[in-house]
Amino acid sequence: MAAPAAVLGSADRGARRRRERFFLGLLLLALLIGVASLVTLLVDVLRTGVPRLSLDFLTEFPSRFAERAGAKPALYGSLWIISVCTLFSVPVGIGAAVYLEEYAKPGRLSRLIEVNISNLAGVPSIIYGLLGLAIFVRLFALGRSVLAGGLTLGLLVLPVIVIAGREAIRAVPPSIREAAYALGSTKWQTVSRQVIPAALPGFMTGIILAISRALGETAPLITMGALTFVSFVPSGLLDRFTALPIQIFNWTSRPQSAFQATAAAGIVVLLVVLLTMNAIAILIRNRYERKW
Amino acid sequence: MCAAVTILTTIGIVAALAGETVNFFREISPGRFFGGTTWAPTFGSNAEFGVLPLINGTLMVAAIGIVVAVPLGIGIAIYLSEYAPKRVRTVLKPFLEILAGIPTVVLGFFALNFVTKVVLQTVLPDVEVFNALSAGIVVGIMIIPTIASLSEDAMRAVPQGLREAAYGLGAGKRSVALKVVLPAALSGVVAAVILGLARAVGETMIVAIAAGNQPLVSFDPREGIQTMTAYIVQVSLGDTPTGSVAYRTIFAVGATLFMMTFLLNYLSHRIVSRFREVYE
Repeated sequence: MAAPAAVLGSADRGARRRRERFFLGLLLLALLIGVASLVTLLVDVLRTGVPRLSLDFLTEFPSRFAERAGAKPALYGSLWIISVCTLFSVPVGIGAAVYLEEYAKPGRLSRLIEVNISNLAGVPSIIYGLLGLAIFVRLFALGRSVLAGGLTLGLLVLPVIVIAGREAIRAVPPSIREAAYALGSTKWQTVSRQVIPAALPGFMTGIILAISRALGETAPLITMGALTFVSFVPSGLLDRFTALPIQIFNWTSRPQSAFQATAAAGIVVLLVVLLTMNAIAILIRNRYERKW
Repeated sequence: MCAAVTILTTIGIVAALAGETVNFFREISPGRFFGGTTWAPTFGSNAEFGVLPLINGTLMVAAIGIVVAVPLGIGIAIYLSEYAPKRVRTVLKPFLEILAGIPTVVLGFFALNFVTKVVLQTVLPDVEVFNALSAGIVVGIMIIPTIASLSEDAMRAVPQGLREAAYGLGAGKRSVALKVVLPAALSGVVAAVILGLARAVGETMIVAIAAGNQPLVSFDPREGIQTMTAYIVQVSLGDTPTGSVAYRTIFAVGATLFMMTFLLNYLSHRIVSRFREVYE
């Protein structure tokens, strides 16, 4: 920056440097506020929740008494619906991604599907709850069951899996496919033995992020009619259920302050699971990221 | 086949919302729904179905959220794209992802127990326990990652040559960021803000926990309000019989919400595809 310095007087230079510093200061302030709010949130939750955590909290049923309330049905419920959600959304989502990238001919239909998926990703989650209520709970008469809840969440996370899956497939260079064809592979052999294995880490990251999204979703499950106070553990696909975020919501909305500690304990459990999953996703991404 | 499921989902959403909404409008005229200013759908024979208070509550929370998130999000984006050394970036990006991954029920807990009870009740003594302000602030925190990372993508797509040309003319870093990069990336930044707004409008758990359940036409952020999403949650938690008018209201409100977010998402896509500056 020697040239402007030679042209400008020293007073101008000083003012200019101050303005530069002030601007950078503002940017750092924005960053600081962002970081501080996340740190405050974590500290606040840990401070309220950790003293309330114990093994009993994980193995007891909810109670009217905040000190005795546990999250067992919520944990089982979450496990159930996440299993259903994964079993549905992973094959469908990966299938859709493979189809769109490898098989679909460019044209109006594939463009429509593409626009449609990005629109679906922007639909508020509570709308999926209304969808689940109208279609799965009532039309298919599944009731307010584990199956209906899992499928609702499955549709909700489908765009996440499809979008991540497509990106992973696109990152596989054409030369890999051409090499496979040159060796005489059919289309399906190329896709199933070369493209999919090469895109697998990308799929995994997308799937983990989708599952962690589903684990934290509350609104669609409440809307489709999940229970908020349960004293049993679901034992089948058609049983009614609650889930960890719903249980947290239920505790948070009680006026007694003792329940806020219980809610915070639930949040600590939920966040530990989610952050672990996110960390695994980031690890997979960093470990297997290949430059072609 | 699998791709068809995504189309079916959209059809399902539209059909589910439209079906019950049509039933609703058979009983309650659209004029009464969109024109009325009192929302009291469960008051038996005195029931009122004016959706305006809910829209008012939704927009107020979203507006507060945008006021919080736009300067912070764009500031973070400028820093990440123009100033941050590579090492800082590799730490900050996962941080934004973590913030984006926090469940909204957790943010709701934070809004009620920290922002309201610890901060706002100290600063503003006459704030209500459930108020639009704290929900709005936390909704703003929620959409910071959306705005920051999409804006940053847009800024990084601005070619290096433009920056170098500006430096060559004697511009400082601040002028380059504000007068070259930001205008060149503006379509992407605006699209990011609109996407953030759509998320704020559709946000449910934060408002259901922290903003209260009072459907009022009010512009005082210290008071409790009710948003469209919070109303749907309130009805879903209760024992409203299937097929009743009150039950159908959640589909009518849901359809209104869906239209609003759909228009915002559409607008955001249009801005990106229409006004994007293309550089070789």
